[in-house]
Amino acid sequence: MRTKDFAATNKISLANEYHRYNLKSVIFMISKKIAKEKRIILKHADDPNYSNKIGCYLRKGGYKMLEKSLKLKPEEIGEEVLKSGVRGRGGAGFPAGMKWKFLDRKSGKPIYLICNADESEPGTFKDRQIIYKDPHQLIEGMMITAYAIQAKLAFIYIRAEFFEGAKILERAISEAKEKGFCGENILDSDYSCDLVIHRGAGAYICGEETGLIESLEGKRPNPRIKPPYFPAVLGLYQCPTIVNNVETLCNVRHIMKMGGDAYAKLGKPNNTGTRIWCVSGQVVKPGYYEFECGALTLGEMIYDICGGLHPGRSLQAVIPGGSSAKVLRADERFTGKMKDGTEFDWGIEDIPLDFDGPMAAGSMSGSGGIIVMDDTVDMVQAMANINAFYAHESCGQCTPCREGVLWMRKITKRICSGHAREEDADLLLSVANQIEGRTICAFGEAAAWPTQSFVSKFRDDFIAKAKHPSDEKSQLQLI
Amino acid sequence: MIAPGKEDSVVINLDGKDVSVPSGTNLVDAAALHGKEIPHYCYHPQLSVAGNCRMCLIEMGTPMRDRGSGKAVLNDDGSPKIGWVPKPVIGCATNVSAGMHVKTESDVVKECREGIMEFLLVNHPLDCPICDQAGECRLQEFATDYGRGYSRFVERKNVKPKRTRLGPRVTLDDERCILCSRCIRFSQEVAKDDVLGFVDRGSFSTLTCFPGKELSNNYSLNTVDICPVGALTSTDFRFKMRVWFLKETRSICTESSAGSNITVSSREGQVYRITPRRNDLVNDSWMTDSGRTLFKTVKAENRLVFPSVSGSRVSLTEAMDTAFKLFKNKRVGVIGSCKSSLEELFLLSQFCKATKAKKFIRGHFGEDDGILLSADRTPNLRGALVSGFANKYPKSDLSILNMALQKGELDTLVVMGENLLDSKVDAASLSGTEVVFLGTHANETSKLASVVLPTLTAFEKSGSFINRSFYVQAFLQAIPGPAGLIPDLQILSNLISSVDPESDLSPDLKKIWIAMSRVRNSPLKGISFSDLKQGTVQIDGSKWKNMPFVEKSALHHNPMMKIK
Ligand SMILES: Cc1cc2nc3c(=O)[nH]c(=O)nc-3n(C[C@H](O)[C@H](O)[C@H](O)COP(=O)(O)O)c2cc1C
Ligand code: SF4
Ligand code: SF4
Ligand code: SF4
Ligand code: FES
Repeated sequence: MRTKDFAATNKISLANEYHRYNLKSVIFMISKKIAKEKRIILKHADDPNYSNKIGCYLRKGGYKMLEKSLKLKPEEIGEEVLKSGVRGRGGAGFPAGMKWKFLDRKSGKPIYLICNADESEPGTFKDRQIIYKDPHQLIEGMMITAYAIQAKLAFIYIRAEFFEGAKILERAISEAKEKGFCGENILDSDYSCDLVIHRGAGAYICGEETGLIESLEGKRPNPRIKPPYFPAVLGLYQCPTIVNNVETLCNVRHIMKMGGDAYAKLGKPNNTGTRIWCVSGQVVKPGYYEFECGALTLGEMIYDICGGLHPGRSLQAVIPGGSSAKVLRADERFTGKMKDGTEFDWGIEDIPLDFDGPMAAGSMSGSGGIIVMDDTVDMVQAMANINAFYAHESCGQCTPCREGVLWMRKITKRICSGHAREEDADLLLSVANQIEGRTICAFGEAAAWPTQSFVSKFRDDFIAKAKHPSDEKSQLQLI
Repeated sequence: MIAPGKEDSVVINLDGKDVSVPSGTNLVDAAALHGKEIPHYCYHPQLSVAGNCRMCLIEMGTPMRDRGSGKAVLNDDGSPKIGWVPKPVIGCATNVSAGMHVKTESDVVKECREGIMEFLLVNHPLDCPICDQAGECRLQEFATDYGRGYSRFVERKNVKPKRTRLGPRVTLDDERCILCSRCIRFSQEVAKDDVLGFVDRGSFSTLTCFPGKELSNNYSLNTVDICPVGALTSTDFRFKMRVWFLKETRSICTESSAGSNITVSSREGQVYRITPRRNDLVNDSWMTDSGRTLFKTVKAENRLVFPSVSGSRVSLTEAMDTAFKLFKNKRVGVIGSCKSSLEELFLLSQFCKATKAKKFIRGHFGEDDGILLSADRTPNLRGALVSGFANKYPKSDLSILNMALQKGELDTLVVMGENLLDSKVDAASLSGTEVVFLGTHANETSKLASVVLPTLTAFEKSGSFINRSFYVQAFLQAIPGPAGLIPDLQILSNLISSVDPESDLSPDLKKIWIAMSRVRNSPLKGISFSDLKQGTVQIDGSKWKNMPFVEKSALHHNPMMKIK
């Protein structure tokens, strides 16, 4: 039995395993009140009576916040957003208000706003809910942001595969223009800003903000070196530019509605507001769920919200923040000290779902894509699958990523086709280490972290491939 | 402690030593100034920074400042505390700043270089035994320094096109390409002919021309020079010679008044290729494609290889004697050339003095390309002015000579390589005039000449030219001339001493320079030929500032700044 191998190699008793997967969750469920979803961004999205037309949005109070914001000074909006503490939802979790402050306003060049709607991180499907079901929310958030940063022109860079989404947005923008929410003299104010949709052509790297900017300029999306090309100083057309994620921009509207201070009370300090978590993999009810930051743990998400694992299965691993995040092993213990000094000692289920929790556990909440893997998953196959993705998506500009990622892919592919060698595990680790921290953009880390974590945490599975090249599970391709 | 630097320089700490470097330089250049090589591929001092090869990763830190007070944070011993950047940074995109600390030799740095080298080699074909670049390949060089010496790569290598024709002169081996983008940036930024780009992604990225375009501009071969590996090859030079057999000689391109600095590579008396030599005052690291083919004239069919009198081969002495008789006590006209060296033009002026000859000279003009092909298609028009041979700006023909001939003012013409018949001189005007022709190649005029004295090409002799910005630059002999021929300077000094036995003008370059700098008010005062061997020397051209020079603004040339 697989669990047995696990336990034997990791010195964890079977009794303990039993407790983790059954008793504990049962006790959990009866003894503890299950946290409820708090839908702010997705409040109306799944309401059967709600459509993505402007009429629906207006009936729910849409564009009121834009109206209110236009009466404020731009800096006042920036101040509220700063106070709200809202962190970027695109992956890196950088505070949006701070990012806006970095804008180079002295250059005299036009300022641009770009909404990053390239949503391509494997395991992530939140932005599309907004785009397809509530596009006006995004437009309102963007127009408030554009006014706050005094953008001359705003763009939505949308991934190629969202054909329908691009159409919906096009229509929504023309509706908004008709009503004066965007374009010339917005709501009869002095402020004008047009909103342009640009469709990608199907490349993950277009989600990286400087790659995105190059692509928007009509070039190959080769990410830029930083320094000197920080978007807030030398962004689109070498002008100061703000790039924010769809969900981040939607939050701006709600910050204006509640006020920065009130918004900051949602969630936890440094982890404010709600987040949309996208749960995929082997759970009974995969899907997207919006919760206040830190309102629940990873265990509660899996067992209470997503209905747990399929009968007879046990948890093997979780990737908490999209495929780029380091994998967490089901039987790991996570101990240490948070920034504020509080000590923690967590099992995988205890990790709070916010920004800092997965980070403290040595991974990250990234794009909010939680990928759950039960004991039927061949971790080496999963690794091979992830490597195939990154090898295909590397832009090829810088040496370590270009060569390293394809090399890793070749190794994992070979391992999975029955030609594993014992030294492959160490080789994979070494290659990943030679990539991490040495590339132009964070794709290098995004590609190295999975390998580093899979190989170091599931080393025996890799070694076993060399010993038993024809493992029956290697037939399965589960992610 | 870091001491304050000079005004336009800053002091940085390089591997534990405080050194002063010009402010604004990046770390690759700054370290090189102090003898430390930071290996690099994609960085080129004359192109924008791409930062893609990652070979130049180093460790860098700056003095820490207290956030509140802005004051420097100090260590216990009073030295400034350095905040090291947690990840290695690329030297090519990091500009020096005061107090910056840099480690170029740490374990981390070495490990980075080894990693990059390994990555560059995993899909590299390693066809060094048949690769033109072998011997001058950065990949080979750094592999020796930072390679593992064995391969951990057991997978199949990527396969890419091996011989793509990018244009008439450049052939690409895509497997060898390390995707440094130097060639692309050169085409965009210097040649202003944006035709190259990458297609496909990741490790399958492939360099190619845009659809319907080709790399055919007159600067295309510079991409071959700056390609750090053997990916871009010169179609002409491909597979012809192993570079380590080649002798390199410093020379100057004679194509136009731009005066590009070049290296002539030869073996056993034969030139194999011409490549640009870096000079940041003149041509950066570039030259034209057309200039690279000029060595082919050395072995051209119409090359003059023996002296002749009335079309029959004679000994050099006999030819000189015949020539001497033709201008002794005759009315002589000398047609100089802007293609002659400064020293030759000086001796020729002395010859004119000795024979009381009338001087004529023409220019050769074309289109200015704004880079390194200037409208003046001779290397030394300014040399003709400075040497005193010409005192007016040359016209594009010799119609003045034609008039003099028609008036019957001249008995003998000494022609330095020019073709009179394409210079508005009628064949009829020449009847009754004897022609002594000194030149490297036969033309209509040499065919008319009574005496032909073959001379040497710029590859076969030494001397100097003055370029469009009044830079004097030396060129040195790369290969021997055809058997039995003597340098132009020798011929000229022999001719002078035959007319004026008192003359002490020697054909020796050093002595000519002494004589030239003695001329009153000469802008060459204080300069010797050995100075020129050290590098370009700019002279004061203000005396000629009102002349109608034809050159337009171009790379390192501003026509408004004719004077020093
Ligand atoms: C390889 C890579 C892919 C990325 N893809 C996306 C993406 O699809 N969507 C997104 O919003 N951010 C993506 N990001 C993050 C962006 O670079 C950028 O940080 C983000 O859009 C900023 O918005 P935020 O501050 O609102 O999160 C990606 C980053 C990297 C390194
Ligand atoms: S890290 Fe990868 S994706 Fe990013 S610039 Fe380098 S090659 Fe391109
Ligand atoms: S490019 Fe360099 S390393 Fe590659 S085959 Fe040629 S000489 Fe060898
Ligand atoms: S062909 Fe040469 S110069 Fe061009 S990208 Fe490749 S390695 Fe660099
Ligand atoms: S030389 Fe600096 S990255 Fe290539």
